[in-house]
Amino acid sequence: MKRVVITGAGTINALGHTVPETLEAMREGRCGIGELEFRDVERLAIRIGGQVRGYSADTRFNRQQLSLYDRFTQFTLIAAHEAISQSGLEFSGALAAKSGVVLGNSGGGMTTLDENYRSVYEDGKNRVHPFVVPKLMNNAAAGHVSMEYNLKGPSFTVSTACASSNHAMAQAFQMVHGGMAPVMITGGSESMLCFGGVKAWEGLRVMSKDGCRPFSANRNGMVQGEGAGVFVFEEYEHARKRGAEILAEVAGFAMTSDAADIVMPSKQGAARAMRGALSDARINADRVGYINAHGTGTTANDKTECAAVADVFGPHADRLMISSTKSMHGHCIGGTGAVELLACIMALRDGVIAPTIGYEETDPECALDVVPNQAREAPIEVALSNAFAFGGLNAVLALKRFET
Amino acid sequence: MSITERVIGIIAEQAVLERSDVSMDSTLEDLGIDSLGLVESIFAIEEEFDISIPFNANAPQESDFDISSVASIVAGIEKLVKDQS
Repeated sequence: MKRVVITGAGTINALGHTVPETLEAMREGRCGIGELEFRDVERLAIRIGGQVRGYSADTRFNRQQLSLYDRFTQFTLIAAHEAISQSGLEFSGALAAKSGVVLGNSGGGMTTLDENYRSVYEDGKNRVHPFVVPKLMNNAAAGHVSMEYNLKGPSFTVSTACASSNHAMAQAFQMVHGGMAPVMITGGSESMLCFGGVKAWEGLRVMSKDGCRPFSANRNGMVQGEGAGVFVFEEYEHARKRGAEILAEVAGFAMTSDAADIVMPSKQGAARAMRGALSDARINADRVGYINAHGTGTTANDKTECAAVADVFGPHADRLMISSTKSMHGHCIGGTGAVELLACIMALRDGVIAPTIGYEETDPECALDVVPNQAREAPIEVALSNAFAFGGLNAVLALKRFET
Repeated sequence: MSITERVIGIIAEQAVLERSDVSMDSTLEDLGIDSLGLVESIFAIEEEFDISIPFNANAPQESDFDISSVASIVAGIEKLVKDQS
């Protein structure tokens, strides 16, 4: 089997419009969550979120592009540009024919849906823009990335709610690992911070009105974010021959299903996914130095996830570090695993562990080293990235510090 | 119909029980209503009485709305309805 390395990373999220900006914010433990700004926000009970700020679509894309790019596609293209530029790859000939793009996304073009429903239902219009369908479809972003970069191999979108990106990256890994593709562009994006998107989430009564405080005893729910993370997964020999800079190695993954409840997480399902990822990567549990937690800040997730970690790692659970960067960028739903993979890369490559900010009170049910409030320096050899979705669908990636 | 009768109707429907099976001292757990059922019941009650119930599934004990029994739910709704009028 082929080794798989990451040779490019890109993002835009509430913490920054690039990877360096985002990592700097994570190192500083900065919070990207604030008051939401969009039409009808005053009709919501939940009015905070990790919105991408200082962003103007008009300066990034032209009018024709914007008629086809929902906000989640815009974010994807911005992140893909950064990742592919960093990798130095250009796709033509046999490389283009075999390389593809697998992205995670949950809601599709929610802003497009919201605006057009408003137009026909509220404003009573009987005509919508002709591109509503190609703009809102979940696979629009993957399609545009393939067109922009001439990627002619396997491309598709994976939709498993909050685990979408991890499932997508696991698929991309598998394709490169198995020799099917030399390079895969992967990650995910989400943008459902619009009236209808947040209104729907409000209904579940799991959102916090005042902040995201994962693992803290006084946590009271999740806070939604938005953004994209895109990576270049490349076969190691291919990367080595062209002298590419390697950010980290993707060592393995596992996917499990709880087969139990549509929203409540299961300790067994989470534990099986973490164990499976280690086994797939042939890594002993005691080599794991960092886990990027799913860490949503809900009562149910955080205690279940900590119990699963304790179960899988035994006494080593007290030595490893686990943090939730959702405390800073919010829960980017279908894009969250991709944005969070950046924290794993920072841990492995730079030896800097992103903190769980907003941590205020110890919770005996989350008694692990959650790297409260301040980033920490520590050499990390292996990192896991957890994602546990509604539907009971779990996906965990195992990454290694790159060594030849 | 009184508030109590209307609430019992909603809870009975959610629990797929006869109204007579729902007593004032029943807990939602006794009635087999899980976390999703609870959120759905609260939604149905809000719609029925046109009120807004301060309930966060993450911190039910801090929600200022006691869901420990049918009686406490009815008392909470009576207060909200009264405050509204």
